[in-house]
Amino acid sequence: MGDSKLDLLQGTLDLMVLQTLAAMGSLHGYGIARRIEQISGDELLLNQGTIYASLVRLQQRGWIDAAWGTSENNRKAKFYSITEAGRKQLAQDAAYWERLAGVMGRVLAMQNEGGGR
Amino acid sequence: MTGITDKSPKTSSKTSLSASLRRAFHRLRSFFRKDPLDHELNDEMASHIELAMEEYMRKGMPEEEARRQAMVRFGGVQQAREQHRETRGLPWIDVLGQDLRFTFRTLARDRSLTIIAILILGLGIGANVTVFSVVDTILLRPLPFRDPQQLVWITGNKGVGGLSGMTYSVDAYEDYRAQNRSLQDVTAYFPFYGQGDYKLTGYGEPQPVNGVMVAGNFFELLGIQPKLGRSFVQDELIKGGRPAVLLSEPFWKRQFNGDPKIVGQTINLNKTPTIVAGVIPATFDFGSVFAPGTRMDIFVPAVMDDMREWGNVFSLIGRMKPGVSVGQVQAEADMLIPQFYARKTHPEYGKGYTGTVWGLKEYVSGKLHRSLVVLWSAVGLIMLIVCVNLSNLLLARSAARSKEFAMRSVLGARRSRLVRQLLTESLVLAAGGAVLGLGIAYAVVTWLAHQGSIALPLLSSIRVDGSALAWTLGIAVVAAVLFGLAPGLKMSSGDLQESLKDSGMGASSGRKHDRMRSILVVSEVALACILMVGAGLLLRSFLHVLDIDLGFRPSRAASMQVTYDDGNKDENRGPILENMLDHVKAIPGIEAAGITDMLPLDRNRSWNLFRKGRDPNQKPDTGTYVQVVTPGYIGALGMRLIKGRDFTWDDSTHAEHAVIINESLARREWPGQDPVGRLAVANGEDSRVIGVVADVKETGLEIDPGAEMYVPVTQNGPVGAELVVRTSLPPEALAASVMKVLKQMNPGQPATEFRSIQQLVDHSVSPRKFFVLLVSTFAGLGLLLASLGIYGVISYSVARQTQEIGIRMALGASRTRVQAAVIGKTLRLALIGIVLGGAASFVMARGIASLLYGTEPADPLTFVGMVVLLGIVAMFAGYLPARRASRIDPMIALRTN
Repeated sequence: MGDSKLDLLQGTLDLMVLQTLAAMGSLHGYGIARRIEQISGDELLLNQGTIYASLVRLQQRGWIDAAWGTSENNRKAKFYSITEAGRKQLAQDAAYWERLAGVMGRVLAMQNEGGGR
Repeated sequence: MTGITDKSPKTSSKTSLSASLRRAFHRLRSFFRKDPLDHELNDEMASHIELAMEEYMRKGMPEEEARRQAMVRFGGVQQAREQHRETRGLPWIDVLGQDLRFTFRTLARDRSLTIIAILILGLGIGANVTVFSVVDTILLRPLPFRDPQQLVWITGNKGVGGLSGMTYSVDAYEDYRAQNRSLQDVTAYFPFYGQGDYKLTGYGEPQPVNGVMVAGNFFELLGIQPKLGRSFVQDELIKGGRPAVLLSEPFWKRQFNGDPKIVGQTINLNKTPTIVAGVIPATFDFGSVFAPGTRMDIFVPAVMDDMREWGNVFSLIGRMKPGVSVGQVQAEADMLIPQFYARKTHPEYGKGYTGTVWGLKEYVSGKLHRSLVVLWSAVGLIMLIVCVNLSNLLLARSAARSKEFAMRSVLGARRSRLVRQLLTESLVLAAGGAVLGLGIAYAVVTWLAHQGSIALPLLSSIRVDGSALAWTLGIAVVAAVLFGLAPGLKMSSGDLQESLKDSGMGASSGRKHDRMRSILVVSEVALACILMVGAGLLLRSFLHVLDIDLGFRPSRAASMQVTYDDGNKDENRGPILENMLDHVKAIPGIEAAGITDMLPLDRNRSWNLFRKGRDPNQKPDTGTYVQVVTPGYIGALGMRLIKGRDFTWDDSTHAEHAVIINESLARREWPGQDPVGRLAVANGEDSRVIGVVADVKETGLEIDPGAEMYVPVTQNGPVGAELVVRTSLPPEALAASVMKVLKQMNPGQPATEFRSIQQLVDHSVSPRKFFVLLVSTFAGLGLLLASLGIYGVISYSVARQTQEIGIRMALGASRTRVQAAVIGKTLRLALIGIVLGGAASFVMARGIASLLYGTEPADPLTFVGMVVLLGIVAMFAGYLPARRASRIDPMIALRTN
């Protein structure tokens, strides 16, 4: 992939949003998008607009709540926060991801050893 | 990769159901709250952009640059909005909306095609829904009684002697009712009623009223509650008891303006004060179930003790106990009924007499089963032809639109999306056709329901109901898929690049379309062919039926119910009736007049007659139709007297009993001999045979006449009377003067109209006529659609070949040769269709053989006629495009590209 930015895997954005909200408390859409970009070290190719589809999806599942409020510089903005169900889901998904990442790492490591001959 | 990531939002199965329900709810709610949600999202995105701009501007970016940067990072407002909508709402409905809007634009652009398509579909769906309503009413829907599947009909099984052979005596009824164990109860009615048997007085002119006598438990057994009042009570069912009557709802409305106070009051019926016990609701239409095409006004209690000596008087209906089958009832009847006759003083009269048990529904409409299936198949064929035609139309258009579709596909539309677009279009067309078809069906069905003259059971209760609506919906959807799918798949498949290059003339995809269209036309011709052969065979049968020798001449003959008062003395009757007939015959225009108690094809009854000296046990007596008549009746009805003489007024109470027999009876009793002058025993009386008449169709045109006898009214008990006149003027013109004469003779004469004898014949053939009419209409429709199809295909292919034809003509082909080539192509298609359809018709004809009369299934005239007719129609359909082709100007044709 070289220097190019990472494409977002399908379904991973929701997990990132949940984790962001769990870590940061209440945030508006822009704040969530910016936080993910910062954490990714600007490696991630994120169209900030796509965050809104993810937010709707999470809301529909009852994992996050939303309320209109005022931003730090006095702008009207919609703030999202994680719900109890969302925390449970996050724990589950995170565990799943860690297992998957572990498996992927092992599998890829094996391929590297084999290819080194 | 995606396989793994798809699993990532793992939810425990416990929560997933409620979660997905909640999501569905959200989506549904969002769908209906589209505008406020869009608004909210816009606000949210605006604040997002502003927050981003602020951040950039804090870093020192100028405002314009900050906005640009913010927009870039956001990544497409429109895209985000789409994604948002797709996630939150019901995207397929949005897409459907787009498809629909697009469809309406397209259809509006091709207005003439749309109108033709909807017309064709409307006719097809209308025909289907109409026939479905008929089939549903007559065959599928249960009879309008409580638990109708428990009801059975018990008939005598002689199969001859008409109604008398199918009915039972009071004693037999009572015995069977008491003895049987398989039925909850048995009830009975008296089927020998005649039109206007009852006379209502006290409301202006005396009114003729149709009434039927029913047993006391008749309505209870069928499960019919009186709308008003009550059913009969014991006092009203015994000899010498209180006279009572139940009114039918239509009669109650017509005669008494639906006045509820009439119940409990006394009316004057046949000069007897009679109490109105109640009103029977219109949901029970006696005529439509038990005597199609007749109207029943009143119900009168059958007094058993009055009828005990009348012979066979009752039609029986039973209600089975739960869990009992028709077969069990039959088995029991086979045992009980012969036992009853064995106990009688003259067991020989009941020899071989047992009962046949039918499910009531099967008895009422079972005979129509095959006809209705044929009718249903015929409309099914029509629907297929309609679909083929529509496919053709859409295919023609698809050729013109192939570039549009190729373009859309290049621009990234998926194939499923294109097929869906085409299906949406055909569904919209089908919906239009369904609406039109329902309108047509509703009109036709309403008309049919009021055709009292068609003797089909339950026809008066036919209606377009919920199941017909469901049927319509089903047909429309199936049709839409049928005629939409072929062009849809065709168009969206491969060759799209080809289409883009295709100049529209003579290219390969065009040829493929042509082949597809040719196949469609061939199948259309074949289907039309089957329909036409079927209709042709049924039509020929119908003409044969009309050609049947009735044994009398119905034209210029008419009948009218008459009353006379003979004071119940047989010797008075002759002079009174002679005087009456003399006055009637004196009216200018009346050629002959006579009286009978039962007209042929109207009602019938049988007595028995055997040669004097023959042992009645020797040959089972099959029953002999009998009419009680006056001198002059035979001539008035136009019967043929073959030997001997007619009755005279001298055949009176004092004279020897006289009887006239028909040829069938003469053959049965005196084979090879001259019966005139011989002695017979007729209804138990020694009678002299004085004449022989030709056989008369007594019970139906297609039913072989049985033995018939005629006895003089002067020597037999008082009976109902139908005056029959033969006229030289149209009968209607004489009705008033005949009525005036009758009134003079008898002031109590009710005011009735003449019934023409032809009406009786028409009534008798009306079911066959009904089917022939419908099937012929469908065949005509099929032919029209097929010729439209041929015309469409040929003119389209001529249009496509304009250039080619132009070149051929430029190279010296004559106009005649061009014409011949086009007509040749037409005939080739038609011929293939005819050959295929002819073969299928052959099979079909065997299937309907039992419906044919005097016509072979392989009737050469029908088959040849069909080939000739289809050929001519195909020629015509091909001629117009052929002429157009021959007029192509080579120079213009070459330049058109």
